[in-house]
Amino acid sequence: MNANFALAVTAASLLALSGCSKKAPAELPPAPQASNGPTATGPATGPLGAVPGTQAHFAQAMNGRDTIYFDTDRYNIDAEDQTALASQAQYLQQYAAARATVEGHADERGTRDYNIALGERRANAAKAYIASLGISPDRLSVVSYGKERPVALGSNEEAWAKNRRAVTVLLN
Amino acid sequence: MRNALLTLALMTVAAPLAAQPAPPVAVQPAPNEDGLSGTVTDESAWQDLGIAIPSFATNADQPTPANAAGTGALGLELSRVVFGDLRNNGLFKPTGPDSLPRPSYPEITAPAFAAWQGRSTEMLVQGYVRTNGDGNLTVGCYLYDVALQKELTRSGWVVAPTDWRRAAHKCADLVYSRLSGESPFFDSKIAYIAETGPKDHRVKRLAIMDSDGANHRFITNGQATALTPRYSPDYARIVYLSYLNGYPRIFVYDIGTGQQKLITESRNPTFAPRWSPDGRWILYSMAIGGNTDIYRIAAGGGGSPQKLTDGPGIDVGGSYSPDGRQIVFESDRSGSQQVYLMDADGSNQRRISFFGGRAATPEWSPRGDQIAFTHIAGNLQIAVMTPAGGGMRHLTDSWQDEAPTWSPNGRIVQFFRTERNSGTTSIWQVDLTGRNERRLPTPVGASDPAWGPVLP
Repeated sequence: MNANFALAVTAASLLALSGCSKKAPAELPPAPQASNGPTATGPATGPLGAVPGTQAHFAQAMNGRDTIYFDTDRYNIDAEDQTALASQAQYLQQYAAARATVEGHADERGTRDYNIALGERRANAAKAYIASLGISPDRLSVVSYGKERPVALGSNEEAWAKNRRAVTVLLN
Repeated sequence: MRNALLTLALMTVAAPLAAQPAPPVAVQPAPNEDGLSGTVTDESAWQDLGIAIPSFATNADQPTPANAAGTGALGLELSRVVFGDLRNNGLFKPTGPDSLPRPSYPEITAPAFAAWQGRSTEMLVQGYVRTNGDGNLTVGCYLYDVALQKELTRSGWVVAPTDWRRAAHKCADLVYSRLSGESPFFDSKIAYIAETGPKDHRVKRLAIMDSDGANHRFITNGQATALTPRYSPDYARIVYLSYLNGYPRIFVYDIGTGQQKLITESRNPTFAPRWSPDGRWILYSMAIGGNTDIYRIAAGGGGSPQKLTDGPGIDVGGSYSPDGRQIVFESDRSGSQQVYLMDADGSNQRRISFFGGRAATPEWSPRGDQIAFTHIAGNLQIAVMTPAGGGMRHLTDSWQDEAPTWSPNGRIVQFFRTERNSGTTSIWQVDLTGRNERRLPTPVGASDPAWGPVLP
């Protein structure tokens, strides 16, 4: 095992234990975007290999910014989320034919019905913010999976933080 | 009704020989003065009651589709089912047929009381099974007080061979009701979600089973995630959530035809379906733009949905009072999940849960006196309170127990338990004392149980 990686994980775990960050701890915050709206510094297409305007290309271009994270029971869009959603909006502006679904999720520590409603609320919050940046809401659908589709499989705060999320997926 | 049981009026003397298939006639229970009285919360005394359930007898060992070895072997199986029911509900500690002598057919109506007294038996359950000319089975069931050397109650049923277990459940219900004074519940069914596969690729299928886990059957094939089923009060339909075509919506599945249809055409997600006690209405929740409200729609189709809640927040679920006049539901309008009441038309909404933590998935007892719910305060626990919000107490104490559903008589609560990390689920039940907890046998993982009413 790479020693630096182990150190990074330990540091991330300590951050998680400090209890303040709502973000999935293993993930670094995205770099601030210099500009709003479409510019020449939009998503790179060359070295990635995926066809622009597809989900594969979108996911590569977003590099983690296709997902935003939430506190327990919350659905507000904070500054970090705004940065990620702005990147998504920028991409959607550049590829004007692209349509997307925002998938809302909850962690396992809640009841099933409520989590479906909560996931829907989170997905809608993300959709509304993207739309506020000038993307037509007709290009964005939402679906809630409640607690049915976890990405982190443990039963601990770190896993739950990763699962309380809204993921934007391009429809090919 | 093809599957209905015929209740026989048994003759007072020489009943096994006299029993004939007859129109359904309810047997009047014997007067109660010599019976036992008390409440189920006083279960310690019940467990001291020595109940013997020997093998049921048959008049002649005949072939039957119900058992490859004939009616003699079927008699043993019937008594095992009665024994399992009475043992597993937690009220009694009966002795089963595998450790008891086997009464002869004439002894069913004339028990060898002296021999049973010698075995410290206080209550004796005996029965018989025989085939009828048309292939159906007649099953008789008798409860005796051994010390008094007296019959306390009896009944009999004509069943199709495929329904033989129902006759045993009816017998267990007869004994349970006579000894406890409570309403029956064993002859009932459960809809639930069968779970297989790893936590991140869990397959969820609609499934049904009898109240004791027998006659298990998968209904959907697992290609679309199925969640939160509820049996209609007449067991003809199941309302549930399916991700068919990718989005969560409520379908009504017709068990007879195998067909299903959407309860309402909408682009918005619909979930958390519930029946009214008379089966005429379905409650459901629908999210629009992040806001979830509760609606009511005619179960038979037609008519437009009526919106019962309004305002910002998640209003979800809902469970009718037994008289259908009120609905208990869950809302986070105060900032976290809490339990509220409203009249059936949506008026007079008020919060009833005020005890810390979050309170979710309320289910009104069929008796009307209690509301079961999921209490979220650290762990998720099953709890009950009165409809006024008082008397809150936990029935379980585990890492994650949720989604209570009541036995038809309101004395037992079923729920599902999730194992930490693996996410493995299983269905459990607990009585109102919280002391008698047990896991239901299911072939695979199991969640979202929904207990239906006692069969006619």
